[in-house]
Amino acid sequence: MTFAPKAVLLLAVLGLAACNNPDKYGAGNGVVDPGGMYGDNGVSQGSINDPNSPAYFNQAIGDKVLFQVDQSTINPEARTILTGQAQWLVNHPQYAAIIEGHADEQGTREYNLALGARRASAVQEFLISQGVAGNRLRTVSYGKERPLAVCSTEDCYAQNRRAVTVISLGAGS
Amino acid sequence: MIQASFGQIFAAVQADVMRRDAETGYKGPRPERGIASMMRIALAALAALMIGPAMAQAQQGPLRIEITDGVIEPLPYALPTFVAETGDAGQMASDITRVIAADLSGTGLFREIPESAHIQRFGAFDMPVSYPDWQAINAQALIVGGVSMQGGKVVVKFRLFDIYSGQQLGDGQQLAASPASWRRLAHKVADVIYSRVTGESGYFDSRVVFVSETGPKDARQKRLAVADYDGANIQYLTDSSTIVLAPRFSPDGGRVLYTTFETGFPRIKMLDTRNVAATLLPEIPGTMTFAPRFSPDGGSIVYSMEQGGNTDLWTMGVNGGSPSRLTNSPAIETAPSYSPDGSRIVFESDRSGTQQLYIMSAGGGEPTRISFGEGRYGTPVWSPRGDLIAFTKQHAGRFHIGVMRTDGSEERLLTASFLDEGPTWSPNGRVIMFTRESPGAAGGAQLFSVDISGRNLKKVDGVGAASDPAWSPLLP
Repeated sequence: MTFAPKAVLLLAVLGLAACNNPDKYGAGNGVVDPGGMYGDNGVSQGSINDPNSPAYFNQAIGDKVLFQVDQSTINPEARTILTGQAQWLVNHPQYAAIIEGHADEQGTREYNLALGARRASAVQEFLISQGVAGNRLRTVSYGKERPLAVCSTEDCYAQNRRAVTVISLGAGS
Repeated sequence: MIQASFGQIFAAVQADVMRRDAETGYKGPRPERGIASMMRIALAALAALMIGPAMAQAQQGPLRIEITDGVIEPLPYALPTFVAETGDAGQMASDITRVIAADLSGTGLFREIPESAHIQRFGAFDMPVSYPDWQAINAQALIVGGVSMQGGKVVVKFRLFDIYSGQQLGDGQQLAASPASWRRLAHKVADVIYSRVTGESGYFDSRVVFVSETGPKDARQKRLAVADYDGANIQYLTDSSTIVLAPRFSPDGGRVLYTTFETGFPRIKMLDTRNVAATLLPEIPGTMTFAPRFSPDGGSIVYSMEQGGNTDLWTMGVNGGSPSRLTNSPAIETAPSYSPDGSRIVFESDRSGTQQLYIMSAGGGEPTRISFGEGRYGTPVWSPRGDLIAFTKQHAGRFHIGVMRTDGSEERLLTASFLDEGPTWSPNGRVIMFTRESPGAAGGAQLFSVDISGRNLKKVDGVGAASDPAWSPLLP
């Protein structure tokens, strides 16, 4: 038995072009941080004491509503908050909104994306039913990717099963 | 075309043929009752076990899966450090030997006899095997190899011996590679040995694409990465400026589909592994798209599209063409996966009220529900052999990775934890890799693997915090 060398080449791993171009993955797509919880979304927040400010919307009216496990039903408490949101949006047509749907971590990734979309859509439909023009509202789902509370008990899960209405500058502003 | 598409990420193998003893006239005996047939019997027992008594207990919790009746005694093998045949090959010989051992022992099917116990010492690759010396330490298999540096290449040759029958098993082989690809050489040697002993193809010379994670739980940074199946040679494919989810290889490994939030909304992107260039797939405005997966011929993809809060399954060609609807229900339909022959799609739907698994024709039509156990079932993935479907099961506050037949029978849970999800199959359908996440504020995701018998559960080292693994095909 002899082994005559015959070319079996495993080529070297060539240099990778990945990750040298952060701009490639940055914003610049017309949507400024739709995960508005991480910034002011390009919108001046103003004072909570000013009823015309996004800060008032976020904190005095409430920018988020909560859901039961695996549900997207608008409960009475959420209904009150969303009614306030709708009135504010109707009275402040210079603003638009992106509604973020979220899920707790007790679910698979893909399903939670779909579930978050259901929740965001439920909020959107409610706001529209209260007179907000549909073209001012857009929905996005983060699934379980952006929890608000990080413990792994029902206390936190309840806070994470949410839809957040993020005020943005409208087309007419 | 296929080989070219493996490109840079895959350290293309311009494989001619591996030089075999057969080409030099060797006509070695083929033992009838040697280690290969023994291991085949053992694997068959393992398969039989899957449909045995353990089934009845699966519903009570995976930790009670009883496999004691069928526990396979790992096959003891000896792997003397490969002989350095040139003066500069010593370190390489040692490194390659250790990777081969890690591959084999890492399966749980083989157990290495430490070199300190060896009696015969190989000063040269061609030394005759002294079978009594190996029988004396109860070795069943012996792997002898040599490594040399020739013209800037690493050259490895090896032979496998069946100690009980006193014969060589299969031909000797020789492979060469650039020094940078030395780990692939070792994986290829291990694949040959695994294949000869088990009668099945191996899975060591393969890669895994996944999501690398950093940062706190409420602001997790995610980026795509690819590594060898054993966690070595990690490379990043995107930066972490936006959320990326659930990458999936094309059948030839040349492309990766994934979901990105770079536009602010979930959208599907396709990345070419040759140049790491990625392009967004077309979408219907105002929708979200996610959970993509290639068809077995690589020509089309199936995915979820959300419109107005409702998520259905759609398909489209990878090179454009208008999306075509596959399901039309007010329920959530997601996580689709093709059968290996491309004729059917398994997916999850909550049309019954909870997440369950369904199979339909690849062209759509009325689906058949296949999951009927307690709890919720998601992320089904068809095995490359076609016979099993791996899934995530959620029940009584726990998550499990499990497998069932394609008709839903013979469900078996392989794992249990706070959060296990997202199975992916090894190229030979023998091992499942998945995401395991630990609870709490300090919790994080890691990659784990388990074989389809539920044995050999272990963490994939070397990749750090990671999720959403997808296994490549065996590299050429």
